[in-house]
Amino acid sequence: MKATASSNIALRAVLAMVVVALVLVPWLPQLVYPVFVMKLLCMALFACAYNLLLGFGGIMSFGHAAFFGSAAYLTGLAVKHAGLTPELGILAGALGAAVLGLVIGSLAIRRQGIYLAMITLALAQMVYFIFLQLPFTGAEDGMQQLPRGHLFGLIDLRNDTAMYYLVLVLTLGGMALIHRVVHSPFGHVVMAIREHEPRARSLGYPVERYKLMLFVLSAALSGLAGSLKALVFQLAALSDVHWHLSGDVVLMALLGGMQTVLGPAIGAAIVMGLQHYLDAFGAWVTLITGVIFMVCVMSFRGGVAGALASRFNRPAADAPTSNS
Amino acid sequence: MIEIFGMPLSVIAGQTMLGLVNGCFYAVLSLGLALIFGLLRIVNFAHGAFFMAGAFGAWMLLRFVGIGYWWSLLLVPLLVGLVGALFERTLLSRLRGLDPIYGLLLTFGLVLVLEGGFRLLFGSSGQPYPVPNALKGTLQLGFMVLPVYRAWVIAAALAACALSWWLIERTPLGAQLRAATEKDALTQSFGINVPRLLTLTYGAGIALAAFTGVLAAPILHVNPSMGSDLVIVVFAIVVIGGMGSMFGSIVTALAIGVIEGWTKVFYSEASSTIIFVLMALVLLLRPRGLFGREGTA
Repeated sequence: MKATASSNIALRAVLAMVVVALVLVPWLPQLVYPVFVMKLLCMALFACAYNLLLGFGGIMSFGHAAFFGSAAYLTGLAVKHAGLTPELGILAGALGAAVLGLVIGSLAIRRQGIYLAMITLALAQMVYFIFLQLPFTGAEDGMQQLPRGHLFGLIDLRNDTAMYYLVLVLTLGGMALIHRVVHSPFGHVVMAIREHEPRARSLGYPVERYKLMLFVLSAALSGLAGSLKALVFQLAALSDVHWHLSGDVVLMALLGGMQTVLGPAIGAAIVMGLQHYLDAFGAWVTLITGVIFMVCVMSFRGGVAGALASRFNRPAADAPTSNS
Repeated sequence: MIEIFGMPLSVIAGQTMLGLVNGCFYAVLSLGLALIFGLLRIVNFAHGAFFMAGAFGAWMLLRFVGIGYWWSLLLVPLLVGLVGALFERTLLSRLRGLDPIYGLLLTFGLVLVLEGGFRLLFGSSGQPYPVPNALKGTLQLGFMVLPVYRAWVIAAALAACALSWWLIERTPLGAQLRAATEKDALTQSFGINVPRLLTLTYGAGIALAAFTGVLAAPILHVNPSMGSDLVIVVFAIVVIGGMGSMFGSIVTALAIGVIEGWTKVFYSEASSTIIFVLMALVLLLRPRGLFGREGTA
């Protein structure tokens, strides 16, 4: 127990340093490009939100780009065509994603395992085609030049530093919420369902309702990430709803470690960094992403967080026994 | 001119035929997918990528070696099937006993590798593949004009389905395969080499996908992303039909192809989404799929 306590302190210290570093980013533009860090934060939130479903619910969705992208488009619609303020735009995006999560989730949880993965993928593809055809989305060009506007009518978000802190606060808030959910009674029931569904059912838990609530929560937080990304880049594009992104987010969770709350954020950092630096090489990005995917599945299923945990001789928190 | 709901019969017949051609592609692909799933318990995401590899294989053989369509139809499935079998033996087989999700993820990684690789080699734009001379021209049927090549595709795809059915249901090898699908440990204890059977099945499923790719090469543009869009549709069809019976999945695939074709005539805006809407409906009304057996979720 003592080892656990000291490594917990070490973990907290590392986390605190990361947060301090993130707070300092806008003041050190010579070191890192803040806009890239904003994108990274959005993807980290997306990956952690996705992993809430995969890692803790044991539900593998292969269509999470649908929530991310729909929220991006809805936010775009709200701030550009309806002229709403950015906070309302973000709210509209996250709520829209939650409603979509309710629809897709209630269909998908009628099946399990790989069927569920196929269903979410197919429904997300339908969402993709719908956005391709809707008149306001600009099809292949995307919705461009979204105004960032003034937060609460006061803070000008055209200033990258203000935008950065909004993204940072909402991302950290989202992650704190995920952490809270995982360690709440609700989270424990969800994990019990993952481990042994018939037993949870026989104990009287309404399994379907729990799964659906988790699905909606994951979709809403993915939507929050998508809305933020749309505001940061002032763009909602088809690549935000494409199955490539759904695959990327699975990779982030897998690579970072899906048994932990924050592991997927590490995965997101690696994948985004890779895509950022390999961008000039075109199709090499796809090829290398695929190779990393295969290597992870073959021999790195615990992810970075899992590897770190076993390195420090501490079992990863809440590791599912069936997957390891 | 005969009209149905304001549409001339020739248009409807033409789209029905196009839908049947697509339905044939869906049928052979979902057959291979169901075959692999039945025995290996793996959803082969790479099915579409191997379909694409088949089309590219035919194109490369013609372009670089000068080998024509008919030989391609035989050689490409063999070669690509061999690659598939090798993939199963070296990588996929190591995931046996783990959560089936990992099989899906590994084959998804392979999709990215194959798509990225072909895009690096040949670019994203489509490559044309000519219709073989013997199958050029059209047949005049009175109510519609039927291109010979499309008729050939339907015949060849149905023949491939029939051959697969015969192999699985009527030969000793097929009997072993069905036994291993039901109870693999028991089958193994009878002295049947189940791991080899798995490799063979995966290779055969991949060969079917590559065969479909060669058939599709003269119709669709040969390009790196032609497979992944298709495989998502085939996933939806597998969910609609259920993977319980071969006959069921073939019938479902053909019907879906025709329905998609008709949607193009009557409400073309919905033609790309109709299959997914149907899938949602089936999930609401009969979650295990039209031909799915109880408890195969």
